[in-house]
Amino acid sequence: MEKKKFERPLITRIKAGVPDKYGMKSQIKPLTHIDNNLVADLIKEFGSPLYIISEKTIRNTYQSVLRAFTTRYPKVQMAWSYKTNYLNAVCNVYHQEGSWAEVVSGFEYQKAIANGVPGSNIIFNGPDKSDEDLTIAVENGSYIHLDHFDELHALIAITEKLKKKAKVAIRVNMDTGIYPQWDRFGFNYENGEAWSAINKIMTQPNLDLLGLHTHIGTYIMSPMPYSVATSKLAELAVKTFRKFNHYIKYIDMGGGFASKNTLKGAYLPGSDTCPSFDEYAEAISQALNNSDIQYDKMPTLILETGRALIDDAGYLLGTVLANKRLADGRRSMIIDIGINNLFTSFWYEHTIMPAQEQYTDMDDTTIYGPLCMNIDVIRSAVQFPVIEKGEHVVIPRIGAYNMTQWLQFITYRPKVVMIGMDGKPYIVRENENHETMNALDRVPEHLRKFTL
Amino acid sequence: MSIKSNIAISDSGFLFDANTGDSYTVNKTGQVILAMIKEGKENEEIAKKIMEEYDVEKSMLIHYIDDFVNMLKRYELFEAEGE
Repeated sequence: MEKKKFERPLITRIKAGVPDKYGMKSQIKPLTHIDNNLVADLIKEFGSPLYIISEKTIRNTYQSVLRAFTTRYPKVQMAWSYKTNYLNAVCNVYHQEGSWAEVVSGFEYQKAIANGVPGSNIIFNGPDKSDEDLTIAVENGSYIHLDHFDELHALIAITEKLKKKAKVAIRVNMDTGIYPQWDRFGFNYENGEAWSAINKIMTQPNLDLLGLHTHIGTYIMSPMPYSVATSKLAELAVKTFRKFNHYIKYIDMGGGFASKNTLKGAYLPGSDTCPSFDEYAEAISQALNNSDIQYDKMPTLILETGRALIDDAGYLLGTVLANKRLADGRRSMIIDIGINNLFTSFWYEHTIMPAQEQYTDMDDTTIYGPLCMNIDVIRSAVQFPVIEKGEHVVIPRIGAYNMTQWLQFITYRPKVVMIGMDGKPYIVRENENHETMNALDRVPEHLRKFTL
Repeated sequence: MSIKSNIAISDSGFLFDANTGDSYTVNKTGQVILAMIKEGKENEEIAKKIMEEYDVEKSMLIHYIDDFVNMLKRYELFEAEGE
């Protein structure tokens, strides 16, 4: 006789009234396959933990953003935000789709060039551009987005030395009615600093003011601030034309669109509160179309959205290391995914799913990472089925920032595998090992020997 | 060690402690184990019976039964020693 499937014995106290911090009872749908690849097979072949990126999801999301904007505004150019995920394979998917590169450091600039992006298709943002970085950017004809007056003066000196014109834009910060108002990047709109910067640039023979740029914040949960920001940039463009008879060629609205992840402390899940791409597109396009910019001189709209483009394409796969009881009897589960792999767990309540067909019983659970550090908590309170040591879990929507802000801490960083359009897995970044980690260490001669 | 006499358990796994007013849900495997505890069976004997019927490794099963019994103790569902 075939034996019955065993399920761990459980007893759970029923709590009436308002939901506690573990929330209402719920069922979690298991995620057994990613793009037709069995999670258990992927872990068996490439190890655990493991980052997975779906090429199909990247391309589909990109196309849906592009469609949302191009159906409302004729001239749209995407620029892939390297800092969100600068794995070369990921960048190249975006470049194949037609994206330029948007970089914020000399390192990212070098990556874009090495990936084969022409200098004239690179937007160079950020407050940290060295004289060497600026020199290369001028020589390559890249778009330099100025962040502050010191940088503006440095660039004027460099162009005089090179006897070459630089293509520039200014980053503008402003009040769009949201909190917090980002004012640390660029020139302020309301106090006239942005207008002063434009006036300074327009008097410089070696600077060609092509664009106006803003990036109003991150994880912006309403489309309205984008409408306000677009109108303010359009006003600056009109003012520039009136005074200098000079057309602004592009308006760069940056990024900041929310992904469907849920922020810590949020009452409703991100999937319910996150605006659609159509809503963002409507706010920006309408503000541009309704502006006073001359209709036959409408600027190109550049978008640098990162998080909302890539988050859904990333998954983090892991394995249960142990289940144990805490002092008050609550269950805790230790998995091999730590905050070192999942930097975004500092601000998201990440969804965690079992990777095998689910058991029926859920239990109040705290999910810890494997690090010997008290802060390594992936979910402090979640209703989760009891899954056993050696079984697998999947954390979806981790494509943004986790593969750039990841920490090499206590252990090695794992492999990253991309599931291609053909459904096959491809390694796009190898795991670290003792050799790679030690390669940069140097031990002075007098410290090489010791006796214990 | 025996389950308190004023504890009622339904066929669907609903457990009520008349002393405290607390109620609990017990899953299917938990109900089977609870029934055997009520019959006065020891952990080893319970494990043997379970293994006849279910597909589970002995070492893990003992660990699960211990954990389950610990939770029953924590919820004070056993008669106090010496009563």
